[in-house]
Amino acid sequence: MTGEIGQLALTLALALSFVMAGAGLAGARENAVTARGVAGSAALGMLVFVLLAFAALTYAAITSDFSIVNIANNSSTLKPLIYKITGVWGNHEGSMLLWMLVLALYTAAIAVFQRGSGRLTSAALGVQGLLAIAFLLFILFTSNPFLRIDPPPFQGAGLNPLLQDPGLALHPPLLYVGYVGLSASFAYAAAALITREADAGWARAARPFMLFAWLSLTLGITLGSWWAYYELGWGGFWFWDPVENASLMPWLVATALLHSALATERTGAFRTWTLLLAIAAFSLSLIGTFLVRSGVLTSVHAFANDPERGMFILLMLVLAIGGALALFAWRAPSLEGGAAFEPVSRESALLVNNVLLTAAAATVFLGTLYPLVLDALTGTKISVGPPYFAATFAPIAVALLVALPFGPRLGWRRGDGVGAVKSLLPAFGIALFAVLLVLVFAARHVAAAVLAFGLAAWVIAASALDLARRVGPWRGDLWAAVARLRFVPASAFAVALAHAGLGVTLMGIAGTTLWRAETLSLLAPGESVQVGPYKLTFDGARRVTGPNYFATRADVTVGRGGASLAVMHPEHRMFPTEQQETFETSIRTTGFSDLYMALGDDRGGGRFILRAYYNPLAPFIWFGGGIMALGGLASLWGRIRARVPVPHGQAAAAE
Amino acid sequence: MNRTPSAIRRCGAGLAILMLAAFFSAGAFAEPSPGALPNPAQEARARALQKEFRCVVCQGESLDESRAPLAADLRKLIRARIVAGESDEQIKQFLVSRYGDFILMKPPLQPDTYVLWFGPVLVLVVGAGVVVLVIGRARRRARQSPLWSEDHQ
Repeated sequence: MTGEIGQLALTLALALSFVMAGAGLAGARENAVTARGVAGSAALGMLVFVLLAFAALTYAAITSDFSIVNIANNSSTLKPLIYKITGVWGNHEGSMLLWMLVLALYTAAIAVFQRGSGRLTSAALGVQGLLAIAFLLFILFTSNPFLRIDPPPFQGAGLNPLLQDPGLALHPPLLYVGYVGLSASFAYAAAALITREADAGWARAARPFMLFAWLSLTLGITLGSWWAYYELGWGGFWFWDPVENASLMPWLVATALLHSALATERTGAFRTWTLLLAIAAFSLSLIGTFLVRSGVLTSVHAFANDPERGMFILLMLVLAIGGALALFAWRAPSLEGGAAFEPVSRESALLVNNVLLTAAAATVFLGTLYPLVLDALTGTKISVGPPYFAATFAPIAVALLVALPFGPRLGWRRGDGVGAVKSLLPAFGIALFAVLLVLVFAARHVAAAVLAFGLAAWVIAASALDLARRVGPWRGDLWAAVARLRFVPASAFAVALAHAGLGVTLMGIAGTTLWRAETLSLLAPGESVQVGPYKLTFDGARRVTGPNYFATRADVTVGRGGASLAVMHPEHRMFPTEQQETFETSIRTTGFSDLYMALGDDRGGGRFILRAYYNPLAPFIWFGGGIMALGGLASLWGRIRARVPVPHGQAAAAE
Repeated sequence: MNRTPSAIRRCGAGLAILMLAAFFSAGAFAEPSPGALPNPAQEARARALQKEFRCVVCQGESLDESRAPLAADLRKLIRARIVAGESDEQIKQFLVSRYGDFILMKPPLQPDTYVLWFGPVLVLVVGAGVVVLVIGRARRRARQSPLWSEDHQ
């Protein structure tokens, strides 16, 4: 029954998505109030049915209903319950259903939160409806998760053990909430073009969705990087893998969009550019999906390689992106454009930010897609690896970080350049001090470390000073100043946190890439090896049995300066159902550095290979991502709390 | 779905068997790094070189981080050639002649990669042009607006 319920629910959702698309677009006309109501109700109805379909698949997974092909191929009765549930989106069909669920959630959120807000929202719902039609058709015709098999097998094939991990429970949903959240700003941008209401209104309506998408994407990428770090077992955190790049590109463009939309909202500047960025950000999400799902790339993320699906996604891509760009080309020239601002102003700073972020995204785009295009056109195979990105992406990032602290210190329309420089002198001093520290203490890679830590200190200090300036802790009572933080607007916290987070991440990246210590040793029980400040003593390994795997678990005593600190247990797991092995790393973190171990092969006689890394500052990479996301949350919080309707149009004229 | 696990499986066997067979047959233990060259300068060169080449049977991993047997073979080969006195450039040429440009993590600068290498530069140059243009126009507009002269006094 479960499969049929799911199938029926998806079909009904498809019907409602047609209703929503039609009614939403019809409601874009003046006075079409009834159509708008229908579109809103259809959005809620669609959510109910997609939710039902998702629940049906989850129920089938929990009860190990192997008469459903998807469950038979990707689950097994031996799997722990939690991985039966997360395994629902650990495969192609289920992850597409999750994508659809997120789309339905955003659509319903638009319908609920922007109820009665007129033509713009109605048109946005219409566009969301078109996207939903495309995705539901894709799911029903090429990726149906509810197909049956007769006779059902006694046992399922199980889930890739690499994916049986708590990181997987959160990483894809967060990324999807990010990717699909960009559909909301895409839909609003398209709606603005359709209704010709391309003033600040659409940017204001889309901003909460933009922020939510951005912060989810930030967390999703951070979590994905962390998962790769502890699960893949070679101590790296970012591989410039095409699939990682596919998530970085929308993030870069969404970051540019957040900044550009700010200007559009405040002063009406960069109207057409913001529209284009909103289209580009979601287009890159779709391109990312195409890359991952079509089999153009093979990777741990690419669950299914099926040319038919690839063609379908490509078609969808062409229709969505091509349609949006055509609409843009048709309507954008007629938009009133042209803000007025001085060369030294917030707008100029945002413009520089946008050019650099766009160039960074273009670099990632070229590095990811050029090898594919070259191969397709000429058959020449080249590799684009980390050295390429170090040569192209890194300089752009450096320029961005150098310029970053100036932006928030410049006023709209006309900024005080001299004042900004003066107020940044203390931050510059702190950056110099950081450089000095690196020069005194760093033993290796001094030049790169000077640049990285100087920049990180510059960005973090500028952000901290920005908050300090608002409360003035140097004016006597420190506690009173801390208390005054209550009066600092959420948007100021948002800026400070998001920017400082970038600096923290940079410190982590620099510390671990430049100063990592590593050993690869063959150890017999009782033997020791030194890595960084730690002495590791191998006490032997033993067999243990997990719920659905057998493992070899090592006991490694960690000592420092004669004292023993802990016993760590890196593991080597064998999953009999899936016939696969994984390396379960053991990580001991102090918050400032990680001691990282992966157990290698059994060499007989109780001897094992042990890889160990000492990664200084590695945790900062993910702390930084978290701080950035907190910045996004602060901004969102500010928006929600102060839902003061700003008069349409020139809100900033008063400034 | 089957990429990393099978790579790891291959690697698990590969790294250990090949490197250890070559360097551990004498029964040494607790060596800082199995397979490392005794000369630290040469070992550092080998490590740096390993990072520049791709494991041609893996997905985007360098020779340095791959567990595949082929990668272990090539790591061994790089060390053998370093010991034999070849320069980094000679080793690179040998590997490219055997596996093509595909093995280079950093694509060479040649006509078919001009787009790849100069693309970002082009975007930046065009971007800079746009910045100048837009700021220039915005400035003219600002100067013409009554607001400007008003609060500029």
